[in-house]
Amino acid sequence: MHDDTDTLLRAILRDVLGLRAAQVAALEADTGLFGALPELDSMAVAGLLTEMEDRLDIAIDDDEVDGELLETYGNLLAFAKAKQQR
Amino acid sequence: MRIVAWPCPAPGGTGEEFAIVAVPPASAARILIVPALFEEANRTRRMLVETMRALAKSGIASVLPDLAGCNESLAPLDAQDLAGWRAAMVAATDHFAATHVFSLRGGALVAPVNLPGWRFEPIAGAQVLRPLLRARTVAAREESRSETMDGLLEHGRDVGIELAGYRLGAAMVRDLTAAALPESVAQALLTLDELGGAALWLRSEPGDDADMSAALSARVVADLTS
Repeated sequence: MHDDTDTLLRAILRDVLGLRAAQVAALEADTGLFGALPELDSMAVAGLLTEMEDRLDIAIDDDEVDGELLETYGNLLAFAKAKQQR
Repeated sequence: MRIVAWPCPAPGGTGEEFAIVAVPPASAARILIVPALFEEANRTRRMLVETMRALAKSGIASVLPDLAGCNESLAPLDAQDLAGWRAAMVAATDHFAATHVFSLRGGALVAPVNLPGWRFEPIAGAQVLRPLLRARTVAAREESRSETMDGLLEHGRDVGIELAGYRLGAAMVRDLTAAALPESVAQALLTLDELGGAALWLRSEPGDDADMSAALSARVVADLTS
């Protein structure tokens, strides 16, 4: 049940973090991101958010970026979808 | 492949910068390769060097110069700006008698516009700055300090700023803020969709991608022989 935003977000995570296809396919709503994936340091977070802006055509404000946003894949996806609807 | 010095009058530099050159015998074309900027350059260097190797096997010479203040350069990065890098790439074109140019990502901002060639996933200056500014705000947040991208940018335009370990002077920050991609260039646009492979420039660790190097080389060879 992958919609467009989900597919795009998985592709961004693959590109930014260098995840393998199997890892990308295995991402669930409660899969941990920041703190759980060693690849996700502050530079990678910056790349991830910037690619989300470019590929999902959204703008992300500084104050929207917090620990909760990047805690799980589900949180990040919900954020992306909410942003796209605005 | 070897490393050579070439004359490059950069501010604060030694008058020379280094370049990797690959010159097979009886090469028909010489390609100036303009690297991506800052952190993206490190992440893609191995891929570019592999591409040079593949090109050499097809009888095409190439040269990958350092931008002053980057890689092996002894010049201070915070004394450089985009205009200086542009002039240096023109000087490298003349010195190495380049017939074509291939630029990667932000390298397109400083590649000689009149030279035929290719630009691969080019980005404007603002797109170069944004992830660097954001990396700093994310790191600040982890340390419970509050910094904003707008605030950092304003500060950078006034007095320069260190972003992700790169000390950018005020002139460089101002240049990048304003730099759009040159519109009328003699260079073909190459995209990741078209060539396949991984967006190595986004990775947090330097990597390589043999398939991408092979695909880039094949595309360049095809264009040169068509």
